Amino acid sequence: MTNYGSAIREGFSYLLNNYKEVFTIGQGLWSPWYVGNTMTDLDKEFGKDRVIDTPVSELATTGAALGAALCGKRPIVIHPRVDFGLLAVDQIVNQAAKWAHMFGGDIPLPLVVRMIVNRGGEQGAQHSQSLHSWFAHIPGLRVVIPSTPTDARDLLIAASLGNNPVVYMDDRWLYDLEEDLPPIQVNSLDDECPKIVKPGSDLTIVGCGFTTRLSINAADQLSKLGIESEIIDLRVINPLKCETIIESVSKTGRLVVVDGDWENCGIAGEVIAQVTTKIELGKLKANPARITLPSAPAPTSKVLEEIYYISDKAIVDRVIDMMK
Amino acid sequence: MNEEYSSKSLGILSDPTACREPINLKNQSRESLISNLELLVLIRKAEEKIADNVENGRIKCPCHLAIGQEAPAIGIAAHIQKGDAVFGAHRSHAHYLALGGDLRELFAEILGKETGCSKGMGGSMHLRSLKNQLYGTVPIVGATIPIATGAALAHKLDGNDSIAVSFLGDGAVEEGVLHESLNLASTMNLPVIYVVENNLFASHLHIGLRQPNDSTCRFAEAHNIKWSRIDGNDTVKLIETTGTAINCARSNGGPHFIEAVTYRWRGHVGHREDNDVGVKRSDDLEGWKKRDPIDRLARALFDDGAYTQNELDTAKLEIDRKIEAAWQQAEEDRYPLKGELFRRVYA
Ligand SMILES: Cc1ncc(C[n+]2csc(CCOP(=O)(O)OP(=O)(O)O)c2C)c(N)n1
Ligand SMILES: [Mg+2]
Repeated sequence: MTNYGSAIREGFSYLLNNYKEVFTIGQGLWSPWYVGNTMTDLDKEFGKDRVIDTPVSELATTGAALGAALCGKRPIVIHPRVDFGLLAVDQIVNQAAKWAHMFGGDIPLPLVVRMIVNRGGEQGAQHSQSLHSWFAHIPGLRVVIPSTPTDARDLLIAASLGNNPVVYMDDRWLYDLEEDLPPIQVNSLDDECPKIVKPGSDLTIVGCGFTTRLSINAADQLSKLGIESEIIDLRVINPLKCETIIESVSKTGRLVVVDGDWENCGIAGEVIAQVTTKIELGKLKANPARITLPSAPAPTSKVLEEIYYISDKAIVDRVIDMMK
Repeated sequence: MNEEYSSKSLGILSDPTACREPINLKNQSRESLISNLELLVLIRKAEEKIADNVENGRIKCPCHLAIGQEAPAIGIAAHIQKGDAVFGAHRSHAHYLALGGDLRELFAEILGKETGCSKGMGGSMHLRSLKNQLYGTVPIVGATIPIATGAALAHKLDGNDSIAVSFLGDGAVEEGVLHESLNLASTMNLPVIYVVENNLFASHLHIGLRQPNDSTCRFAEAHNIKWSRIDGNDTVKLIETTGTAINCARSNGGPHFIEAVTYRWRGHVGHREDNDVGVKRSDDLEGWKKRDPIDRLARALFDDGAYTQNELDTAKLEIDRKIEAAWQQAEEDRYPLKGELFRRVYA
């Protein structure tokens, strides 16, 4: 069994071993306080010139990674909190996402921006954001969110070996999740799309990253009540491919989307819009529902954290309500 | 240029075996130095209380302690008046307490209680005490540098003699916004004091691994901003230097950049000493403990005859009592009501 954190490390190890043009750069890469067990001793194994810990300069490291990508490298720039990555938004959104298109295309830009999502731990408003929907809004920026150890490893590899800028977001609350890893599969992100991770017939629950785990936990409890949910893990939220979801909802007639980010303009609303605008009329048996973070910055106080973060119970309750 | 006066090199100030002697009290009022010494002791002991409760698990939120580097906060606080605006960062308990922030409200904030200085919404990394001119401390590195600059702009537009202060670390100068802010402050002649607490580390990395020179004053020089570099564990020099800088800014003399060279005794975050972070740290920490700002001020006051060990011991007992009472109170305080999550999103 390999946990999610170590699986990310295996992805890095595979890339650094097999592709000399791969390197990683970012603040905190040599410190487990920042990157957990996802990069342990990579600097010792592959050298500090390919696993580069940096000054506190997110904008420069991201731009530098982009520049290196234009000159034949496959950099993975890392921000140990999404919140810190926000200092690099010009390079990600104005530059990387648009570079190929605004210069007429055919420009390979193999840049991965890895940002780590933190939740809870009384860390508060500026250390707990995920903001994946924000990045998914941008044409030209692929956004991937692994929810399993295998995806954590293989989507990292696919992201780095492709030719587009990719935002890769892993979630600290998943680091201990274990799985037997199959042999490495090198796929193209073009072929990656939402996946059914648990089949069911009564309703469709869609999640991404940590909320896929929550949905699976909720589905186990719902099963005991005789409700069989089909769980779909989004995996890639830009470009968003909803065929699997539409097919599933056509069968179940019910849709709940669970997203660990805010509601307004979020991916949950987008999935619901895609389904409701494309599904055959009459197939829906209930109004689709979304479960998201409440519309407030993350608090620190533990009593407020308890109500802030989504629980499997919240999903179970919502589903029971929908099935009435 | 002589190394000592170069804007690039800390010279002996970064040497843990230097600057251990009692400090020179000069002509500072003994009475106010004694109260500053007692304030230093209060900050030290309050943070030790926090450290103990991080260790025993009562405190869950990340706490960045300033134990060992309390003095620069005292230097600035000595000159802050009504109307000024002070900003800090992730390591700001000392700034808050030096400015007069309430102990129980600090503890309550760290415990997430409704009586906290930010109503329990922000924890250790988000402190505010408006009645003491502390506008806010935040953990996004570098974020308050331009905000303090803007506060100074507001003062200038109002035509009053208020100033703004930005406390930052040696890591924060690596963010581009420092350079943009210094340029703005310099060209607009803003009354802002940048105080770099250069403790030689940004989390696990020594400044030698992050910057080509160890003194951050070179950035001030590049932007034509007056700069001073001082032993950040010498409370008297800090009070003097910040006083001159602040008075100058109050009378339209423009920004000033102060680099206070110091060292944190605990790790980047939490209660441990982080001796495992780089060979240099474990070698240097013992040396820096001998450069203790509290011990050096206390010994100087004893030598001077203005204060005695006995008086200090009595003061310490009183401080312990205050801290214990504030902690008890904070532990008994209530958590915020659930609705507080939404009540404060919009003004
Ligand atoms: C934008 C941003 N990048 C990275 C971090 C993580 N981080 C928190 S404190 C810190 C080091 C800051 O060092 P310094 O400014 O010297 O302050 P010190 O901790 O020494 O007081 C880092 C890198 C952050 N909080 N914000
Ligand atoms: Mg520092």
